[in-house]
Amino acid sequence: MSWFNANTDKVWDLLLSHLWLSGLPILLGFVIAVPIGWFANRHRRLRGTILSLGGILYTIPSLAFFLVLPSIIGTGFLDPVNVVVALTVYAVAIMVRSAADAFESVSPAVLDAATATGFAPTGRAFLVELPLAGPVLLAGLRVVAVSTVSLVSVGALIGVSNLGSLFTEGYRTDNDAEILIGVIGIVGLALLFDLVLVIAGRLLMPWARTPRQGRSPVSPIMSFAQHLRGGRV
Amino acid sequence: MSVLNDTVDWLSDSANWSGDDGIPHRLTQHLEYTALTVVIAAAIAIPIGLWVGHTGRLRGLAVVSTGALRALPTLGVLTYASLFSGIGIKPAIFTLVLLAIPPLLAGAYAGLESVNRQTIDAARAIGMTEWQVLSKVEVPLALPLIIGGIRSATLQVVATATVAAYVPGPGGLGRYLIDGLAVSDYARIVGGSVVVIVLALVLDGLFVILQRVALGSRPSRTPTTA
Repeated sequence: MSWFNANTDKVWDLLLSHLWLSGLPILLGFVIAVPIGWFANRHRRLRGTILSLGGILYTIPSLAFFLVLPSIIGTGFLDPVNVVVALTVYAVAIMVRSAADAFESVSPAVLDAATATGFAPTGRAFLVELPLAGPVLLAGLRVVAVSTVSLVSVGALIGVSNLGSLFTEGYRTDNDAEILIGVIGIVGLALLFDLVLVIAGRLLMPWARTPRQGRSPVSPIMSFAQHLRGGRV
Repeated sequence: MSVLNDTVDWLSDSANWSGDDGIPHRLTQHLEYTALTVVIAAAIAIPIGLWVGHTGRLRGLAVVSTGALRALPTLGVLTYASLFSGIGIKPAIFTLVLLAIPPLLAGAYAGLESVNRQTIDAARAIGMTEWQVLSKVEVPLALPLIIGGIRSATLQVVATATVAAYVPGPGGLGRYLIDGLAVSDYARIVGGSVVVIVLALVLDGLFVILQRVALGSRPSRTPTTA
């Protein structure tokens, strides 16, 4: 505790970096994955290929991914961009599957009714499909958020400052309190992201309770897939 | 790109394919850690997962604890454990086991949950004991998802074992990445990373085949007739 009191500014700075390094991939991942998931759901033949591709990308171990990226995108070895790009790829890889499942959960009868009442295809996609897919999309995004916040810490190994830096520094200086502060900070940040997402879900989708862990529109198989896709290092 | 050329040279240099720091030895170590970890974690998590799935008890607790374990940053657990148990392989294996438990647990209980309730009722109706229901009906039907859990745990361990090289004890492929970073030897870093990625993809492919086999060997689903 005395270490924390003496280093509050440092921890705060690292927390802010961590916020950026995880927030950006979560946001980018969502924005990129939703259209791809929508497309995969519309084109059944390509669905399997797209989802398998996501699975393969997600299989790449993170530290190795961080270190191979510079050779592919021409960044420096210790550039934070490597972490953001790699985590965005992971976020897309998980989220595409959730998005495809989310759009699949929308009843075709509702879509026909929307067309019948005069929605153009674009309007229907944004005003009918997207909101109805919302609860399942949210469930997927929550998994992405927790996993991304935890993964950022591996970036400390390639010198990208974030709360994970407290692990490497605490280990070098034999300071277990410092490591513990890092763990608490990361778990706390993950819970904060989750809370923000749940509240955003309530505000944006007042008609739908967020999918509870028990009985949700999510099938057992899919929630299992999300369990599995949740954690990766 | 010079790094790319250097990497190809590193990977094709015969000096890197023999001895204690050679790729075959590091690869073997990596596979040994992975196998040891997954076996220990499976011995803990699968029985619990089967019990939770079969009885439906403590399901909420299982869901919450798997979620909480997932939020734990690996590197934090690893460094913390290392400060207390010293240098060596023990803290690494402890961390890897802890991280492998959630997917295994989730695979086992979600697998049993995915089994049709009517099928289980039917098994009871024809006089099967609870043990027979579990071993002859639920587990065979849940096998693809249970293997899915093992697949996910294995890949996670392969990835985490790489990170575990940050503490001096463990060998494995992560040594190339961590030691290479320490001396800015980019050919070794990228070469080692390529080997790690190939290993992960090959293992994943093997599990895909295993899951297909498990799916194929299940008692075929006869269409329900009214």
